[in-house]
Amino acid sequence: MSEQTPPVPPNDLGPQGATVGARMGIAMKAGGIVAPILTVLFAFLIGGLVVLITGHNPIDTYKAIFDGTGLQWLFPWTTGADRDTAAINLQQTLLVTGPLILLGLAVGYAFRAGLFNIGGQGQYIVGSIVAVWSGSSWAGMPHVLHVVLCMILATLAGAFWAGISGFLRAVTGANEVITTIMLNWIAIWLGVYLFSLGGPLQNDAQPDVPISNDVVSGAKLHVFWGDPELQGLHIGIFVALAAAFVYWILLNRSTKGYEARAVGFNPEAARYSGIKVGRTYVLVMATCGALAGLAGSLDVLGWQFHLATNDIQGTQLAFYGIAVALLGRNTAIGTCVAALLFGALLNGTSVRNLDPAVFEPELAQNLTTVIQGLVVLFVSADVLILMIYNKLRIRRKRPPGATAGEPVEVAA
Amino acid sequence: MSGTESIVKGLRSSGGEPGADGPVTRERWLGWLGIALGLIAFLITLPPFEVRTAVPSYLIALIALTLGVSSILGGEKRVGGGAVAAALFGALGAFAASHSGVSHLEVVVSWSALTAAMLRYATPLTFAALGGLVSERSGVVNIALEGMMLMGAFFAAYGADKTGSWVGGLLIGMLAGMALAAIHAIFAISLRSDQIVVGTGLNFLALGLTGYMYVDTYGANGTPDNLPSVPEVNLPTDSLGFIGQAISQLNLLVWGSLVAVVLVWIVVFRSRLGLRLRSVGENPRAAETVGISVFAIRYGAVIASGALAALGGAFLSIGFVHSFSQNMTAGRGFIALAALIFGRWRPGGLLAATLLFGFSSALAQRLPEFSPQLATLFQALPYVLTLIAVAGVVGRSTPPAADGVPYTREGK
Repeated sequence: MSEQTPPVPPNDLGPQGATVGARMGIAMKAGGIVAPILTVLFAFLIGGLVVLITGHNPIDTYKAIFDGTGLQWLFPWTTGADRDTAAINLQQTLLVTGPLILLGLAVGYAFRAGLFNIGGQGQYIVGSIVAVWSGSSWAGMPHVLHVVLCMILATLAGAFWAGISGFLRAVTGANEVITTIMLNWIAIWLGVYLFSLGGPLQNDAQPDVPISNDVVSGAKLHVFWGDPELQGLHIGIFVALAAAFVYWILLNRSTKGYEARAVGFNPEAARYSGIKVGRTYVLVMATCGALAGLAGSLDVLGWQFHLATNDIQGTQLAFYGIAVALLGRNTAIGTCVAALLFGALLNGTSVRNLDPAVFEPELAQNLTTVIQGLVVLFVSADVLILMIYNKLRIRRKRPPGATAGEPVEVAA
Repeated sequence: MSGTESIVKGLRSSGGEPGADGPVTRERWLGWLGIALGLIAFLITLPPFEVRTAVPSYLIALIALTLGVSSILGGEKRVGGGAVAAALFGALGAFAASHSGVSHLEVVVSWSALTAAMLRYATPLTFAALGGLVSERSGVVNIALEGMMLMGAFFAAYGADKTGSWVGGLLIGMLAGMALAAIHAIFAISLRSDQIVVGTGLNFLALGLTGYMYVDTYGANGTPDNLPSVPEVNLPTDSLGFIGQAISQLNLLVWGSLVAVVLVWIVVFRSRLGLRLRSVGENPRAAETVGISVFAIRYGAVIASGALAALGGAFLSIGFVHSFSQNMTAGRGFIALAALIFGRWRPGGLLAATLLFGFSSALAQRLPEFSPQLATLFQALPYVLTLIAVAGVVGRSTPPAADGVPYTREGK
């Protein structure tokens, strides 16, 4: 609790700055990677404590989860049957990683412009819906054309959905946090309406199942590693990596990205320097939505092939995008790494891959959610540590470090 | 619309609310007339009138719409917007009712059951929205209402099971909600983290933690059948028309939520503490200048909001459903947030909003009888209305001026 007259508030660093926070801040300036790693370690540590308190062995649990991720395929000493199993598991992990990269970027770009996009879920759903509709129509179309068309339509749908929030923010000043949350729910109910019994897009052949039509084979993404019948790895991962590269170019090497960062840093100053802030908001949100919509199309065209009302109501993937973006510091590379981490976590705790004898998958999935929450929580505090550190640095008039001057984006 | 409001107006840095008070203008009359007509359009298709075609209703709704629009154009945005909403609601409802069999109608529209259901659905929302009101009036945005409700829901069931009494359940549930709120307070107030990021993280944390404990404690069997539950209050009002029948057997917590609205109103708008709370939310620097501890008030407000939201969750698990299931709140925390915004951060408006949303839920539960599609649309209604509200169509919903802004003492 705060008292009336403390000489120093709890988080004010003393003149030496010799607290954990200051050291973390310095480390972040130096390498930029220490703080995220510490964040993850903290989260895993507390998650392990939860496991320990409830009478399980955290070490065994984490080992079993790791075995389910397939990451041991990367070790040369994994051979024989183990290697084959690991390969299948790694395909699954990367299958989740692709969309997570896109969903992370979809949150990160908004953060860079000082916006908080919680609407990834709705944008992802709208993209999925459009992908499943266009993927299950036009059966005779050439393969490549069909796939590309489905992706483009899904991307546009996501862009439109997020653009609504950007537009409202620009025109009426409505907080994008609230509007994106509302649009998430509207997207969910829209999907339920479309695919529920008697709905406009409900399966033609099975009138009593609340599910969409199947994506035709001509619109499915090519599987380049593993068995297409067993959800092998499709080329979507490359689409995601390409998007991350484009994101980097956009953010660091383009006028639009510069404007977005300027608006995120100080909207008033940006407006004064002639940047159209309102238009930037719309464009940024639309770009975010486009990325999330693309993620939805990858899942639909890559391995789901149809959408049930349960899928629509149960999808939580987009929320992991928030943790991915925060952990990856809204950078392209950081987002890719964080997406791999969460993809591995999600896959390692799945019913398919976790040995129930060691730890119940149902428990483990909740553990993943706990870790996700802790990561978001700790990152929120370490963004702050960075800000304090910056303030102190300015106050002490030290020469700026190698990576100084990078604005810290936090949604206002 | 109160005396203290004028005092707060003095503290406000932003403008007041246009059209909140003042003389009853012609526009306002038109708006109210439009609202009445919109509702009439729906009512004439229901028992006891049962007009079997929607055409008259459409005409009446169109008149209501026109009145609403002219009222908005005349500067009376709020009431006019209400008329537009009522017109749409009336047309939609009339369409639904006229397309269903008379016997179905009797099933769906049993007024007493519908009213009782509305109150039941509104109760968790009311508690949570009141929590949001207390927190946001002090200047701390609380997106973690969902998580706090979920904590309340699980720990009330857990506590009721372990202590063998519903009172124990309620207390433990409230403590759990307060614990989560305390984390929110530490991060948002002392560490000055971004409040929305923190809230998002806490929602994940609560989802994971309650799910984990539920699976670990109750496993496959679920919560026990003989869970002690909050008692119903039996009133001898059965002979007093459909309202009497509706309220003759309601849960204690339903009445509790209505009492809570009054109590919160008295504390926040009619007491010295409330004046301090609101001044901290509007202009913390000025409040600190006259000797109010911003930190203490905000800590108190956030923790109180945790207790209130947890009560809403507790009603769900041990008042309504008599069991707990994973992710039981299913987004109700966000509907409560929507109700808070829709009700413009005021207890009366908030109650009106939760009753409206409760009514749409109650209708949605019964509509599948003849149209699952329409049921879905009614589920989405709260979000659509809120989207319209924050977009400023229905007069701008203005949060407290310092809402979401972390407070730093002078000279730090």
